[in-house]
Amino acid sequence: MNIIQILFWFLSVVAIFSALMVITSKNPVYSVLWLIVTFFSISGHYILLNAQFLAIVNVIVYAGAIMVLFLFVIMLMNLNKETEPQKNRWLKMAGAVAGGCLMLVFVAALKDAGLKDQEAMVNEGDIGLIKNLGKELFTTYVVPFEISSILFLSAMVGAVVIGKKE
Amino acid sequence: MPINNYILLSIALFCIGIVGVLTRRNAIIIFMCIELMLNAVNLLLVAFSKMHAKAALLAGDISGTAGTDGQLFVFFIMVVAAAEVSVGLAIIVMMYRNIHSVDVNFLNRLKH
Amino acid sequence: MQNALQIVYLIPLLPLIGFLINGLGRKYLSKPMIGVIGSGVILASFILSAWVFVQVKGGNTHIAHYFDFISVGDLKIPFAFQIDQLSSLFLLIITGVGFLIHVYSTSYMQEEKTEHFGRYFSYLNLFVFSMLLLVMGANYVIMFIGWEGVGLCSYLLIGYWFKKTEYNKAANKAFIMNRIGDLAFLIAIFWIISRVGNVNFSDVFAVANGEVEFKKFSATDITVITLLLFIGATGKSAQIPLYTWLPDAMAGPTPVSALIHAATMVTAGIYMIARSNVLYSMSHLTMDIVAYVGLATALLAATIALKQNDIKKVLAYSTVSQLGFMFLALGTGAYVAAVFHVMTHAFFKALLFLGSGSVIHAMSGEQDIRNMGGLSKKLKITFWTFVIGCIAIAGIPPFSGFFSKDAILISAFVKSPILYGIALFTALLTAFYMFRLLFITFTGTFRGTHEQEHHLHESPAGMTLPLIVLAILSIIGGFVGVPEVFMHGGDKLSQFLAPVIKPGEIHHVSHSTEYLLMGLSTILVLVMIVAAWFKFRNYQRTEETGFGKVLENKWYVDELYDKIFVQPLHQAGGFFKSVFEGSVIDTLVNGVGKAVNYGSRQLRLLQSGQVGSYVLLMVLSMILIFAVQFFIRK
Repeated sequence: MNIIQILFWFLSVVAIFSALMVITSKNPVYSVLWLIVTFFSISGHYILLNAQFLAIVNVIVYAGAIMVLFLFVIMLMNLNKETEPQKNRWLKMAGAVAGGCLMLVFVAALKDAGLKDQEAMVNEGDIGLIKNLGKELFTTYVVPFEISSILFLSAMVGAVVIGKKE
Repeated sequence: MPINNYILLSIALFCIGIVGVLTRRNAIIIFMCIELMLNAVNLLLVAFSKMHAKAALLAGDISGTAGTDGQLFVFFIMVVAAAEVSVGLAIIVMMYRNIHSVDVNFLNRLKH
Repeated sequence: MQNALQIVYLIPLLPLIGFLINGLGRKYLSKPMIGVIGSGVILASFILSAWVFVQVKGGNTHIAHYFDFISVGDLKIPFAFQIDQLSSLFLLIITGVGFLIHVYSTSYMQEEKTEHFGRYFSYLNLFVFSMLLLVMGANYVIMFIGWEGVGLCSYLLIGYWFKKTEYNKAANKAFIMNRIGDLAFLIAIFWIISRVGNVNFSDVFAVANGEVEFKKFSATDITVITLLLFIGATGKSAQIPLYTWLPDAMAGPTPVSALIHAATMVTAGIYMIARSNVLYSMSHLTMDIVAYVGLATALLAATIALKQNDIKKVLAYSTVSQLGFMFLALGTGAYVAAVFHVMTHAFFKALLFLGSGSVIHAMSGEQDIRNMGGLSKKLKITFWTFVIGCIAIAGIPPFSGFFSKDAILISAFVKSPILYGIALFTALLTAFYMFRLLFITFTGTFRGTHEQEHHLHESPAGMTLPLIVLAILSIIGGFVGVPEVFMHGGDKLSQFLAPVIKPGEIHHVSHSTEYLLMGLSTILVLVMIVAAWFKFRNYQRTEETGFGKVLENKWYVDELYDKIFVQPLHQAGGFFKSVFEGSVIDTLVNGVGKAVNYGSRQLRLLQSGQVGSYVLLMVLSMILIFAVQFFIRK
């Protein structure tokens, strides 16, 4: 077992464990913190896959900006208490069973997908570098890129309009 | 690294996200679970992108651009996710302002 | 000058355009405008038809193929026009008489509202279009399209004054009776398709003549097809047993009766049989049936016409009777005589109808001849043209009716003297009832109200001009078919139609016999006219009794049909309504409604409004979809 494999398994275990903690923590603030851990471990996966640009963006945008926004909202509403009323137990069970079933179906489907011999390139290959992605982004994908700026603008306007007191 | 490992990891994260959406009542946590699901998909996309890069390399393609599409896709998903979060949180704030709770069970107006 | 045949499509297209303009613009166009457009397109068609006629006379015939109307497997039904001697002659009749009647209508319908005026002309144009399609079609299907089109227009125009219930009923009657015949026509077409593989006239006749290998009509095929076609013709051309609609069709405006129910549409059946003469000549059984049905119709209608008091009804029964004559001619193999009679009949019957229209116009809508009398003093042009029409239909030489009727009588004589005797008797009845009509209407003293008498006036020029033109045509129209005995080579019509209708070997009569027959019929007709003069010149109203009453009530045929067909159908309908409808259909329909109602009431419980349950359902359906995709489909 070389270092890459060790890192992969470590990051995977951290990701799944922290994801489980996200949905099981009573206190929303803890959930947010565990989610940040998940995102960091996913970023770790990105680095392992040599997708450095996405790893950095993930840390900055998700773990940084978005999660801070979540924290702000939770603190703004003063929700950092374990006050969440519990759902009906049967409904909870049904939810868990449904999720498990979905997972089973996915895994079963994977068996037939014929991807057994395919491998992901780990720790090498330079397509994930900023240079390559940037070139592609500003040539082939320049129109969607510009349009996404309009999306941002409209999202910003929408958020302001919704959040404003009437 | 076999691609199956990444797929299984993504499936696991995705399903955890779904279970979270199904079992929690706090709107913010549900929202976070959705983000988790999005990230699971992102991870899978990056893994596939690298898989294609490797396949292209083995097939003798040395241009080195195979698979960039997948990563750019992830980039755009993040863009959309950021926009979505800003609007979504605004909606949650407004909901809290109106019914003083973020419990989705109070949101049963769809019945009427 | 070859190009007239290249643009034949314009002949039907122009009336269609007129129909569209008048139909769509009826609220925006002024009356003169509508009249000019309506008549103008027909005039243009007439000029083109005349041009085409000249070309055809020069020996050019043409089958214009435009596109495949139906193309299924091996069956190809082209949209094609066949321009030959027969169809070009009909084109002339239809557009020529049609144009005159359009002109007449502009005056006759002047009192209608602009909107309805436009509607009237659009129907009329559509009718001319359909009729042209009928005679120009190069196969039975195109002919059938026109056939249905004229039926529709006939329906629309009979029910033109749709606010009166009985007019609508008359329109329905005409349409339904026609449908019966149309069904037979349709079956005949299917039969032809199954035997020949297509419906082009040329192919069908080639097969019938045995010119095509591997395909042959059996004797039964020929008999069944011709009989079915004949049933179709009895519907459209008002023969026994489907003739009762035509007298009722007089509910429409008078010019319509002249155009559709005298000159053109009702002759469609004769055209169809003349067109299919190759088939008919091969089946003696059908020929006999056609002849006897025609003769019976002619006699029956003539007897009814003796005692009718509605000016248009008399003419309607006269039309049925003359159509019977035409079928008699067809049945005796004298196709040319039938076509000849169609032509002369178109002239003098249109003339008579338009004349009666002029009378009705002068009488402010009064149609009962018992309330007329002495009109000749006030309506001079109408009177004299009406006299010409009566002489023509009675068959006095040298008016047109004489030649055509004589040709039919001679061919009947060749077939059997008994046929000839009955036909002659019918012809005498024709003369009698027509002059009865003439004398009661125009001579004697006026029997209507004072207001009507004060109102009496000659019709405007727009109505009298067509009358005069038609009167001239009625006088000279017969000279295209002068019998051989008078002038060698005088029968130009037979020579002209020879390529389409093979001249039969019918003229086995010696010249002296022919002279004798003609003289006999002429003298007897004159006797009848004199008899009518003495009986009706000073007509006074009397009640009919005994046999006269039976005739006045049209032999009670309508009542008979009512008893045999209509009432049992009504009763069956009532039975089904009360029993079948109530217990089966209603239960079924209401049951479906109740089941849906109950089901949705249960399903509604799923709509809890809880976001969580919706998401759960969503996930479950996702699982289902994936399971189906990956496991069940394989």
